[in-house]
Order: sequence, then structure tokens, then C-alpha cells
Amino acid sequence: MKHLSSYKSLENAANQRILIIDGAMGTMIQRYNLTEQDFRGERFTAHSGDLKGNNDLLSITRPDVIGAIHREYLAAGADIIETNTFSGTKIAQADYHLEEAVYDINFYSAKIAREAAEEYTAKTPDKPRFVAGAVGPTNRTLSLSPDVNNPGYRAVTFDEVKSAYAEQVAALIDGGVDIILIETIFDTLNAKAAIFATKEVFKEKEIELPIMISGTITDASGRTLSGQTLEAFYISIAHAKPFSVGINCALGAEDMRSHIEELNRISTCRVSCYPNAGLPNAFGGYDETPEHMCHIVEEWAQNGWINIAGGCCGTTPEHIQHMNSHLAKLSPRPLPQLLQN
Amino acid sequence: MNTIHPYLRLSGLEPLVVRPETNFINIGERTNVTGSKMFARLIKEDKYDEALAVALQQVENGAQVIDINMDEGMLDGEFAMTKFLNLIASEPNISKVPIMLDSSKWSVIEAGLKCVQGKAIVNSISLKEGEDKFIEQAEKCLMYGAAVVVMAFDEVGQADTIERKVSICERAYKILTERVGYASQDIIFDPNIFAVATGIEEHNNYAINFIEATRQIKQKMPLAKVSGGVSNISFSFRGNDVVREAMHSVFLYYAIQAGMDMGIVNAGMIQVYDEIEPTLLTLVEDVILNRRADATERLVAHAETIKSKGKVLVKDESWRLESVESRLTHALVNGIVEYIDIDTEEARVKYSTPLQVIEGPLMDGMNVVGELFGSGKMFLPQVVKSARVMKRAVAYLNPFIEQEKKNNNTTSSAKKVLLATVKGDVHDIGKNIVGVVLGCNGYEIIDMGVMVPADKILQKAKEENVDIIGLSGLITPSLDEMVHVASEMKRQEFRIPLLIGGATTSRMHTAVKIAPAYDHAVIHVLDASKSVPVVSALLSEDGRAPLSEQIKNEYDALREGFLQRKVDKDFLPISKARENKWTTDWANYAPPVPPQLGARVFTNVKISDIVPFIDWTPFFIAWEFRGKYPEIFNHPEWGTVAKGLHNDALKLIDQIIENDWLIARAAFGFYPAYSDGDDVVITDPKTNTTKRLHFVRQQMVKAKGEPNFCLADFIAPKDSGKQDYIGAFAVTAGINLEERAALMQERLDDYQSILLKAVGDRLAEALAEYLHLKVRKQYWGYAADEEWNNDELIHENYRGIRPAPGYPACPDHTEKLTLFELVDPEAKTGITLTESLAMHPAASVSGWYFAHPDAKYFGVGKVYKDQVEDYTKRKEQSLEETEKWLRPNLSYDI
Repeated sequence: MKHLSSYKSLENAANQRILIIDGAMGTMIQRYNLTEQDFRGERFTAHSGDLKGNNDLLSITRPDVIGAIHREYLAAGADIIETNTFSGTKIAQADYHLEEAVYDINFYSAKIAREAAEEYTAKTPDKPRFVAGAVGPTNRTLSLSPDVNNPGYRAVTFDEVKSAYAEQVAALIDGGVDIILIETIFDTLNAKAAIFATKEVFKEKEIELPIMISGTITDASGRTLSGQTLEAFYISIAHAKPFSVGINCALGAEDMRSHIEELNRISTCRVSCYPNAGLPNAFGGYDETPEHMCHIVEEWAQNGWINIAGGCCGTTPEHIQHMNSHLAKLSPRPLPQLLQN
Repeated sequence: MNTIHPYLRLSGLEPLVVRPETNFINIGERTNVTGSKMFARLIKEDKYDEALAVALQQVENGAQVIDINMDEGMLDGEFAMTKFLNLIASEPNISKVPIMLDSSKWSVIEAGLKCVQGKAIVNSISLKEGEDKFIEQAEKCLMYGAAVVVMAFDEVGQADTIERKVSICERAYKILTERVGYASQDIIFDPNIFAVATGIEEHNNYAINFIEATRQIKQKMPLAKVSGGVSNISFSFRGNDVVREAMHSVFLYYAIQAGMDMGIVNAGMIQVYDEIEPTLLTLVEDVILNRRADATERLVAHAETIKSKGKVLVKDESWRLESVESRLTHALVNGIVEYIDIDTEEARVKYSTPLQVIEGPLMDGMNVVGELFGSGKMFLPQVVKSARVMKRAVAYLNPFIEQEKKNNNTTSSAKKVLLATVKGDVHDIGKNIVGVVLGCNGYEIIDMGVMVPADKILQKAKEENVDIIGLSGLITPSLDEMVHVASEMKRQEFRIPLLIGGATTSRMHTAVKIAPAYDHAVIHVLDASKSVPVVSALLSEDGRAPLSEQIKNEYDALREGFLQRKVDKDFLPISKARENKWTTDWANYAPPVPPQLGARVFTNVKISDIVPFIDWTPFFIAWEFRGKYPEIFNHPEWGTVAKGLHNDALKLIDQIIENDWLIARAAFGFYPAYSDGDDVVITDPKTNTTKRLHFVRQQMVKAKGEPNFCLADFIAPKDSGKQDYIGAFAVTAGINLEERAALMQERLDDYQSILLKAVGDRLAEALAEYLHLKVRKQYWGYAADEEWNNDELIHENYRGIRPAPGYPACPDHTEKLTLFELVDPEAKTGITLTESLAMHPAASVSGWYFAHPDAKYFGVGKVYKDQVEDYTKRKEQSLEETEKWLRPNLSYDI
């Protein structure tokens, strides 16, 4: 199958250095104090129901804001920026009755990120920038029943989730992403539907993009929300032959250490991590400083455990800048040797 | 730099990595409708809870993967596969292991792939329908992220020769690795295990063909794996587990050496190779390895002798030659009491103190029993027999220990567990079993018996300074009593753990009602086998805190879920439910007239008359065996033990009959009646007064054409102009039972004592069945020419029903009060009611007779506040009183 030209340059860059992925989008959007009107723009003035909080929609209605945030992260040194599409499936958009906007959300999100990335690649040609199409978990689970009294019940089917993902992935590719990033996975079966959908879209479009996969360990039990251990999770998604596998969200860097160490041990592909800025404080905010977070991740990098690092909830361009300056000079984790017997 | 090995890696909630040093992998075969009749029945009857228990049991018995197959003509395979897998996903103790999706239909496999988050195994795909189909399915498997079993099957057919097995596998391997992109280690070959010793000569090489093909496949494709369905090999010897087990073990012994990695097996049906009796071993090896032309005939002939002798009857006395420690262990594991006094005496002389005999060899032996039980290699009746041996040994040593204590002033250090059936309840079989099993594990059991009030329990607990209290109960009012005991424990500032068990108890009730009443650990224990790990964790220094914490979290979550659960909106207001009542064309119905009205009594029913009416299935459930009688005797794991238990029960029944140990009595009567809404109004001819029976109506939303039943519907209403009748009965087979059981216990024979109680329960039910038959044919006489065999009786094919107050169709126990006023069994049969309205003796049954040909059993299910209020009015009692007695049926919290 064909590859984009960026496929090779991404591999080259990853072989040379630890790649920096950007930080939180939501935290940054909050800084703009946007109103309901900003979210509606012209296109959705007549839409019934509130749209404020539907961050993905801003790619259509306030592309200037999203583009500016991408540029802040690129300026801070991010090699990979994520499209503003965490909730860009018809399952997640159903909450806003915006299923019909899904293609445009993904297409324009990809386009905005693409433009910003190219601008910076032109500025720093020895540090090419890449766009990862962010594919979120949706707000439905395939392995868990939402009804405690009826454990066999499922609010959604595999085929529904798969088709929602296929729509999203196709639009992201059309919009020009370099990578598909399946992230914040708390139910592995959802992720498997995303992998299936992505591979189907690749087949249709006769092109193959690198896939990054990032799961979420929800608490101290060391398991995903759907109950898998990290290794079981890794085994379950390994058939995607991902470019990288890693962990993001839910935990601060401190609590991720043993999991990253384990991934380093078991993963045949590259290892990524983008923790939250600590655990939420009493007000739901995050307050781990860039210095502290970077200090923790730096140790992992020194141990040769990671290939890609960045931030999730609560992280800012300052966090990313710190990471970039500390991790740029460290060597990435070498890919393990795969024995033949 | 790391190195990573090309191992087959599978996952459920947890990983399973198949390394070269990994032992043979057992794939559980019981969750397969084609292989297990029991599982097929559970799925067909929509009993998914029990089907889950089968899956759980396999995992507990050591299955590292479970094979799930729903290929049965009567089943919608895709639906059943999806439903079962979704349920498994919510049971972490099952879903921790990887799943093998087993179907000959691709659509069923694909439905399964859409439900498993882990890396599963597809079983199977093959070249049967050509390369295109094979590739298409393999590509899908890869997209779903599954390993595949490839059957040695091509366009020509299923391979039976070595050459074809190997060449088909090679061809498939090449396609999968080169064209589909499968990793070699994710390919598992099934080179077809076929039955040997079938009498057909061509079949004689089937085992060695598989073994040799395995060797060659593993040589040519070392990363690929080999699997197979092991039980196939011994199909010819169905019904003879001794031979089958030996065949499986011999076959695996050679196949594993040749490189077989995994197999679908029943772990309980593999004999240890080294322990196969030498003659049998030679004969089986002759067959498996096809070493001589007459191998099959010779094995068949030998099999006959094993069959006729029976495995258990071969009396081997060689163990008597071993050391005293081994002899004690042997006696404990095998439940042999014959030599226990001699052996215990020998040990007493050998060890410096009698206590050391208990803590040394006897406890060592009981530990072996505990391990075997824990790993599913021994079953409850065997453990209870072991306990009998242990008790005898301890009884033998006791006088010496007392002497010792006098000399040294030492006290026993055993932890104490107090057990009691709560006030108002008389059921104690389960509690007694728990006592025996815990006793086996070295705990001192203080069993306070039945109907024990809270203050007595707590007083005793203080006096004896016990470490744990366990409460048991079977009827619903006992739940309240347990809450009461818990709150008393809190008031009296107890700190010890409280265990809850018994048929009516549940984890949910314990979490929601009992645990909040007491500040320390409260734990629901499902059955006797679960009691040991719970008690041992609670009484160990490092186990107690984590377990208490874990249970607390679990119960908090349960409670939260319960309180936040969405109230089911799918119910009908009682007025609507009544509009949808069951009704019939009363004008064209002629109610049968009983020849004689009023109550009568039989004071001495012959036990031998009722024995043929025993329904044995619940008897086995009491002993924690799952399975239906008589198929249970074919169960590969516990069939033999179940058979032994059944024989013991039959022997006991013979003794009961011969020595008149039990007396069975019955009281019953018929009464003119009409229905008035959900009540039935009857006339008592004795006093010529009327009495009102109150029934409860189903309120769930029913499918179109399905009525909301209430028992009153089956009696003609007054305005129908028809004179209808209702019957009432109370029977017991438990007169003198408790005295006899106590006598057995005095003789340290818990096994016989529990057996007697379990048999007594069955006899009471059998008597109810027997009496019902007599009623239909003679005393009410509406079915004089009815002819059913016992099996059909148990399946209730006949006309008329006999629902019991306190059970699903009429859940209110207090209706027993009216029943007792009518037939007066207290005076006539000696059955009394406790304050919780349990019948005493426990081996008693009571109920109503309905004669309408369409009358049927149903469960009332949840009732809503409007009906509860209405029912309160009808019964002229307080709302609290109604809610107390209907509590398990309430749809709301109180």
C-alpha cells in the first residue's frame, strides 16, 4: 500500500530524537472565554440546543482560535500536533445533534492543523512538523453495560462504533493528516473498532498512514476502565501494527512511571506518553508545573524508555516548551530486536 | 536494547503468553453446546446465569482459555454468542482469560469477535471452501486482532493421513504468512483428532497420525502452534470414564512430546499418566500407538471388567503398608474410618503430645483435602466424609489432650467460628456443611443449631470469645433477623466479622441492608467452598484488612448502584394489570367437585410409597453439585462422586424404612371457593364461616396476549355462577428426623446427619408430589385416568398446580396462617409455624391446590407501591407489615 511522503520523514525524525507531541486543547480554548455565539458562528445560528462546550465545532466556527493554539504549541517545539477532533464522531456529536457536521469538523480540523504545521516546517526544515488526526474514545462503551442491573446490555454495537470511526478517519485523511492517533482508550473494544475502521479506510483510499495508539490507565489498579492490565491491552491492539503505543490522560506523570517502564519492556513499537498536569485539584483544575512534570518525564527519557512525549489535560505550551528543551538532546528508545525463534 | 520473542500472546483482562517453557495449555470445553448437554440446556432455557457459572467453574478449575460454542440447530448462534460474551465481559473472574470463539459458522465467529476486547482465538477457519474464502476470513480475523485455529481441512475433505494433514497445514501457513500477513506464532493448527478403537480398522492409526503430523508440523513451522479437541479420541468408550481418562492421558503424553501446545479438554477428565493402572496403561498404549492388531478388542474386553467392577469398588489395601503419616492422609483423603483409631493411636505414641498429632499429620492430611477441594479435584460429599474421619481421630485423641491440659494448663489455640440459623428459621443443611468444611480446615466450630435468637448468639459469642459469627437462613423473614443481629452486634460493640449465608441471602441484600447496620466486616458467602478462603483471610494478620477493604469497596459500589439504579418504568399500574388478568370462558367450564369437603389427615404415610416420587436434582444442588439427575452421573468430573452420594442416600432410605426412623404425615382438604378480584373467598365447612385468601398479581409489562397472572384468576368468580373449589395441604416427612440426626452427630457422623436432612427434604417434597397425584386421581378425582411416569410428574405435565405460600406465585408467607387454620396440621401432623412462619420440622411442605386445566406456575416478580397499598387494605394490616413480608418482591426501597 502507498504511504504519504511524511511517513518516511516521521520515521527518520523518530529514529533521531524523542518527538514532542502537543499539550491540551481544552485548557487553551478556555483562555479565550468564548461565548455561545462563538461556538455557533454563522453556520449554526439556528441550531436548537446549546453548542457551547462543543470544542470540536470551533474548527468550523472559530478556525482562527484553533489555528492560533496550534501555532503556540508549534512555537513551543511540538513535532506533532493533534487535530481538534477528540469528539469528532457521530456518536459523540449526537449529544449536540450535530451528526451532520462530523465530516466538516474533521476535515477542517485537519486542514487548520495542516496549514499551521506546514508554516512551521518551512520555518525549521530540519524539524519537520506532523499532524496527528485525533480519534477519541466516544462516550459509549462496547465492553461495559451502562445499566448495572443488566450487565449483558450494550448502548451501542461494534458496527455502529466502527462506522462512526470510519467516517471520522476518512475525513481526517481528506483534510490532510499525517498520522491517525487513537487515544484516551478506556475500552479496548472501542479501540479495536477504531483500528478496524481505520484499516478499512486505508484499503478504500489505498493509502496507509502510521497509527499511534494511546490507552488510559484509569486508576491505581493499573487497569483500563474496561478492566484490562496494560499488557493485556497492548496484546489486544498489537495487530494494528502501530507506529507507537503509549498512555495518556487520567494520571499525572508520577503515577505513569511503572506503566511506561512496562511498555518499554513489552512493546515492539515506539512508546509514547502524554500525562495530565498532575491529578485534578479540588476545583477540577490541574496544577503540576512544567518544571516538575518535565523532571519526571526526563528520567524516563534518560532510561531510554520513550520515543514520544507531550501533555494531556491541563498542560500548556509552557509544559511543551520545557519538554522540548529537556528531551531534545536525549536519545529515543531504540526499537527492540525482534527475535525469530 | 530490548529483545522481544515471537511468542503467541493472547489476552482477556489479563495476558496469556505462550512461551517455550509454558506447559500444555488447557482450553475449557464445557461452555460448548455441542459437547455439553447441560450447557446446551442452560442456553436453550435462557439460564445464562447458570451458564456463566459453568464458565467460571472452568476457569477456577484451571482452564487458561475457554472455548465457547453455540452451534446448535435450535439456537440463534449469533444472538447466543453475543449475549453470552457480553455477560462474560461483566464477570472479571471469567473474562480474565482469553476466549476461543468456536463455530463452524463464520457469522457466529464474527459476532463473537465484535464482543471481545482481548485477543481471542478463532476456532476455526480452513481451506474447505477454497483459498478465496480462507483468505477473506483470515484477513477479517487479522483486522479484529485474533489468533486463528486452522483446521487440516481442504477442498477435498478433512485430512486423516499424516501426509495430508501436514501438506494442508503447510499450504495454509504459506497463504497466511505470505499473503494475509499473519505472524507465524498467531497460527494454531488443528490436525484433527478422530476417535480410535471404533472397530473400523482404518481408524486404528488416527492417534499416531495426529501425533506424527504434529511432530512434522512443528519441525517445519516451529513458531506455529498445534491444538485439538482431545475428548474425540475416546468417543468409543463413552460412559466408561476410567478408560476415557486413561486414553486422554496417554494420548496427550505422546502428543505433547511431539509438540502439541494446547488442547480443548476437560481438565477433570485426565488421569495422571504415572497413576494409570499398569494393565490398563499397556492396553491403552497398544490402542493409541496401534501396537497390535487386536489392541481394540483387548481394551474393550478389559473395559467391560472395569465397568462391572466399578472404579471405586476395587479395594486396594496396599496403602496400609506405608508410614503412619501417609496412612492418615490416605484415610482422610479417601474418607476411610476403618483404621482411624489404630492409626491415630500409633501416631499418638510416635509424637510427643497428642496435640502434635492433630497439628502435624492430621492437619497435613486435611490440608491435602483442602487443596484438592480448592482445586476442584474433590467434591463436597467427599470432604464431608473426610471430616468424619478427622472428627473420629480428634475424638480419639481428646481424652489424652484433656489429660495433657490438666498437666500443663495449656489451652487450644484454634480460631473459633460460631454458626447459627437465625430466629424463626429451621433450615440448616447449608450451615452444617459450612461447619464441616470449616472444621476440616482447623477451625473450632460452635454450632448453635436452628432458631437461635440474636441475644443468645451474641451471649455465646462473648462467652466463647469467638473470632467470627456466621448466620444462616432460608426463608425471607430471616433477612430481617440478620439485619437485627448485625445492629445488635454494633450496639454491643462487637468488632469481629459477620458472615451471611443461606438460600435467601444475596450479596446485594448483604451490601444494601446488613453491612450498613454494623461497622465491621460483613461478608456474604455464596457456599461452603467459598467459606474457607473468606474465613482464612479474615483470620490472618495480613489477609483481614485487604479483604475487608475489598469487600467494603465492592459493597459500597453495589449499594451505590442499587440506590442509583433506574427504577424500572416497565410496569403496569395494578388497575391496568387487573384488566389484563388471565380469564377463561367460565360459562363453558365445569369445575370438578371434590367428593368430600373439609380437612382430612393421613398420620402415617408409608415412606416406601413416596420414594419413587423423589426429585433428585435438588438433592445434588444441596451438595453443591450442578447438574440434572440422572445425567449428573455421566458428568466427567463429579459423576462418580455424585453416584456414590446417591448410593449412600438410597442406603440411608433403606435404613429409614427398615427401622421406621421417620414418620410421614399429611393433612389436606377442599373448600368451596370463588374469586373476588385478587382474593379468593372460601367457606370452611367445619365452621361454616368464610375466609379470605389474598394473592398478589404480576405487574410487569407482558408481551401481547400474555396475561398478568394472579392465582385468584384460576378460581371462578362469583358472578360466573359456577361453584368452584380450592384445596389446601401440609405434609411432613420430618417427624423424628431431628432426634435421629442429633444421634448421628453424637456419633461424630456429620455426613450421615447432613445426608439424613437432605433426604428428609426430598421425602417431604416427594410426599407432596405423591399426595397431589392421589388428589388428582382420587380425593378430588378430576383426573382419575391420569397416567404419568415419575419424570413427567417432576416436570409437572399434569393438570392442576400446588403453589406454596412464600414461594414465587404467592410470595406472602403469612397466608400460611389461613392455610393452617383450614387444615390444622399442627394438631394433626405435628407441623408448627415459627414466628417467621417457617414450618417446623424443616422437612415439610404446604400449599394450595388449583384444579383448572390452564392453571400454571409463575413468578409474581416485582410489585409496585399501588398494589402494596391495595394489598394492605385487603389484608387489613399496616403498610409496614405488608412491606415486611413482601420485601423481596418490592420494586422500591423501604
